[in-house]
Amino acid sequence: MATRAADLLTLTPQGLYCPGGDFHVDPTRPVERALITHGHSDHARSGHGHVMATAETLAIMAVRYGSDFAGGAQEAVLGEVMRIGDVLVTFVPAGHVLGSAQIVIEQGKCRLVVSGDYKRGRDPTCLPYEPVRCDVFITEATFGLPVFRHPDARAETDKLIESARLFPERAHIVGAYALGKAQRVMALLREAGYDRPIYLHGAMERLTSFYKEQGVGLGDTPRVAPDERPKLAGEIVICPPSAIQEIWARKFPDPVTAFASGWMRVRARARQKGVELPLVISDHCDWDDLCRSILETGAGEVWVTHGQEDALVHWCLSRGIKARPLHLLGYGDEEGDADVVPGEAEGGDLPSPLRGGSTAEGRRGGGQDEDVSTLEPHLAPPPPGSASPSPPSPQGGGDQ
Amino acid sequence: MNRFAHLIDRIGYEPRRNAKIRLMADYFRHTPDPERGFALAALTGALSFRHAKPNLIRGLMAERSDPVLFGLSWDYVGDLSETVALMWRAPDDTAPLPAIGHNNPPEPLDASGEPVALEGPLPHVPSLSEVVEGLATAGKTELPRLLATWLDALDETGRWALLKLITSELRIGVSARLAKTAVASLGDLDPDEIEHVWHGLAPPYEELFAWVEGRGPRPEGENPAPFRPPMLAHPVEEEDLARLDAAEFMAEWKWDGIRLQAATGRDGHGRLVRRIYSRTGEDVSGAFPDLVEALDFEATLDGELLILRDGRVQSFNVLQQRLNRKVVTPKMLLEYPAHLRCYDILAEDGEDLRHLPFAERRKRLEAFVARLGEPRIDVSPLVPFSTWGELAVARADPASAGAGLDADAIEGCMLKRADSPYLPGRPKGPWWKWKRDPFLVDAVMMYAQRGHGKRSSFYSDYTFGVWRDGPEGEELVPVGKAYSGFTDQELLKLDRFVRNNTVNRFGPVREVTYGFDRGLVLEVAFEGLQRSTRHKSGVAMRFPRINRIRWDKPAREADRIEYLERILQKGETELHPMRKAG
Ligand SMILES: [Zn+2]
Repeated sequence: MATRAADLLTLTPQGLYCPGGDFHVDPTRPVERALITHGHSDHARSGHGHVMATAETLAIMAVRYGSDFAGGAQEAVLGEVMRIGDVLVTFVPAGHVLGSAQIVIEQGKCRLVVSGDYKRGRDPTCLPYEPVRCDVFITEATFGLPVFRHPDARAETDKLIESARLFPERAHIVGAYALGKAQRVMALLREAGYDRPIYLHGAMERLTSFYKEQGVGLGDTPRVAPDERPKLAGEIVICPPSAIQEIWARKFPDPVTAFASGWMRVRARARQKGVELPLVISDHCDWDDLCRSILETGAGEVWVTHGQEDALVHWCLSRGIKARPLHLLGYGDEEGDADVVPGEAEGGDLPSPLRGGSTAEGRRGGGQDEDVSTLEPHLAPPPPGSASPSPPSPQGGGDQ
Repeated sequence: MNRFAHLIDRIGYEPRRNAKIRLMADYFRHTPDPERGFALAALTGALSFRHAKPNLIRGLMAERSDPVLFGLSWDYVGDLSETVALMWRAPDDTAPLPAIGHNNPPEPLDASGEPVALEGPLPHVPSLSEVVEGLATAGKTELPRLLATWLDALDETGRWALLKLITSELRIGVSARLAKTAVASLGDLDPDEIEHVWHGLAPPYEELFAWVEGRGPRPEGENPAPFRPPMLAHPVEEEDLARLDAAEFMAEWKWDGIRLQAATGRDGHGRLVRRIYSRTGEDVSGAFPDLVEALDFEATLDGELLILRDGRVQSFNVLQQRLNRKVVTPKMLLEYPAHLRCYDILAEDGEDLRHLPFAERRKRLEAFVARLGEPRIDVSPLVPFSTWGELAVARADPASAGAGLDADAIEGCMLKRADSPYLPGRPKGPWWKWKRDPFLVDAVMMYAQRGHGKRSSFYSDYTFGVWRDGPEGEELVPVGKAYSGFTDQELLKLDRFVRNNTVNRFGPVREVTYGFDRGLVLEVAFEGLQRSTRHKSGVAMRFPRINRIRWDKPAREADRIEYLERILQKGETELHPMRKAG
């Protein structure tokens, strides 16, 4: 069976390739035929000859890249089995962002699922993940360590509302990825009964409008006018993660900087980003949900595309499931590619998964409206902080 | 416990003093007794219980987890307590994996599609009070089991706080004084009033909260030796001196030690209570038993902790060696004898003297210390002067101005208005500090890092280096890190320089361009040097800050490590540093 699966889906420099159907899945470089799981820029790139994806994903690509994002485009209807060449293909909801899908590929008795990015936690802005029984399950492992266990997202937005209540003279600036996370945070705030306007950085506007057009209720979301910033005390503002540190954010009244990301679970990461209110909200599976999802598919074999492959592969093997890392380059989406290298806080060596995990080339080439800094390579030697002296303890010197 | 944990987690991320106070006050307002009282005890360091060793925690985790996964996780997180807090899972939870979306579960449905009740009793989440009581009474052998039960019931943040608490690693940047200020704010009281009653109270401080909330009387049992917040000085600039009348001021040396307050008083039973407080109001008596023993009087003295050997004041480096030791050994007491050099007297025999003019308090202080005849306690001498010019000469050469061999331990002068009452905080005008000129070094910026809080959008922390001979020729070696000394305008320029000259990024750190023919020279001022094996360059700087930005100076003309070596060698013997020209 393993050999059959390996024939059904192979690796090319462009990414995962299905010879039987002559198409790539989420290719990282331009190809003739591409099946796209979801609209994040590391999965959905422009410049392919022909693209097949869900209607929402196609629309998101058009919003981000313009209507000529590919030579041709075809809509995949969720749950509908399609024949492409010698194989059968079905798109199934992945629960990651609006329009996200897993791609099921079948030939003969062998079924393989490319899950793309997926999550199991509740999300009012997209369809929930549906488990699919299969022989080979292809999964990411962005949060593939048992330290990542996402709390209830509602408790996290409650923290935000509570902080806005306690500090009515300060603006709350929330960094959130433009596609999916931002809208999920807004939807959660609305569910919690927050009915003030939620202010948006210009970069969030187009995708948020698109979500609203698709019927996701997000309420009043005005764009922040530059000279309005000093007046937004007590308000919640959503912006791209990079903007919380940029000059743009300085004009708000005494801003509280928040960041909605699964990475916020680890304190050193939140500190390094200068975050004052970390919100652990992720659109990826945490460790338990990764493990559980693998078991639910009944797969005898698991391929891990990227992320913390070592731990997840180890877990599969210890459960008697065949598993191997693919070390795919070019992934680590808007959330997966947080611009901090793990282990850096302590100045120690990088954990091994990162050493061989990606290259400069693999990480380049994101979409046009991405924050460039999150796409740059961060394969780094031990950080300079570890070698440089820090000032001796401030207790020194009797200050008068 | 979970709530307290979330409070300290949030405070740990919050750089602003007032915001910390608000967060604490909000917690106190919305948390019932006795829970909030134990929280106050934890925040003020007033809890005492058996502490656990990291080994115990590692052992507990080993029973619950796959060693490979634990290793990978610890590697990733870097902090043992945090790794365990995040990984920990209750035992009945491990065999079958928890339900999908375990923390955020879809409602389980029965056959007819109706939600069904979740089974099983929820574990009892311990309150902070229960934890404190449990830790105080548990025997050594019971501790692991007790800890495991608590960890099972707490959430991630609760586990983190518990583990930090029992390994005494809870550091969140809150002083005892700040926590008391938060309590005072519940009832619009002055924090001093809390200090006055504090001594008579014990956790969980129910009568204290009742009093500040206006529900009860002021607690009995005055603190016979309360902390009185110190009066601090502003740095004086040349232009300030031009405005100030030298005749209205008195001057004394500014000693390079640790500012302390020695407070004593008799309790209700007539027993003498002796305390030593840090500048922020922490009770540090335990660290200085030799000095506590010498406090055989009823008064409150403000002074500087110094180490004296054969009557000679030792450098701050020597003092630091005593401060660095965790346990006070008899040997240490002998080798590093603590000494209090007094600046002021705030109370004497129950009489509050703070309203008196400085000149008068000074007379009281001199008479008091003379009567005492205690070799460990003396008065910081006045520096005579009649014009600022005369004082400048004394400040430049304290040895010739009366300090003699002790001049090494002098940081400069304090200027105090003769008529100034003792006011808590840092009032502008009555007191000034006129520091000795710092050492200066021209160094090259190598790395920059984002700041914290309001500065988090700026590259405001700079690592700088000096030249040395490397295996492949001249190279820059980092010698320090500075994040102050520049104006807001200069910060904007430095920030722009960093952004425009980045050659590498490591997370929040950027490496900037530097070399013989490129790079930015920073004139760095610092107070002293210490040898350090932790740093590549072998030296560590005290209080480095950016004195000037040398946009004009080529990097190749920056200083060499030998220059710092020379300061290091001479530092202990040279009377005062030479200001570098240019
Ligand atoms: Zn994604």
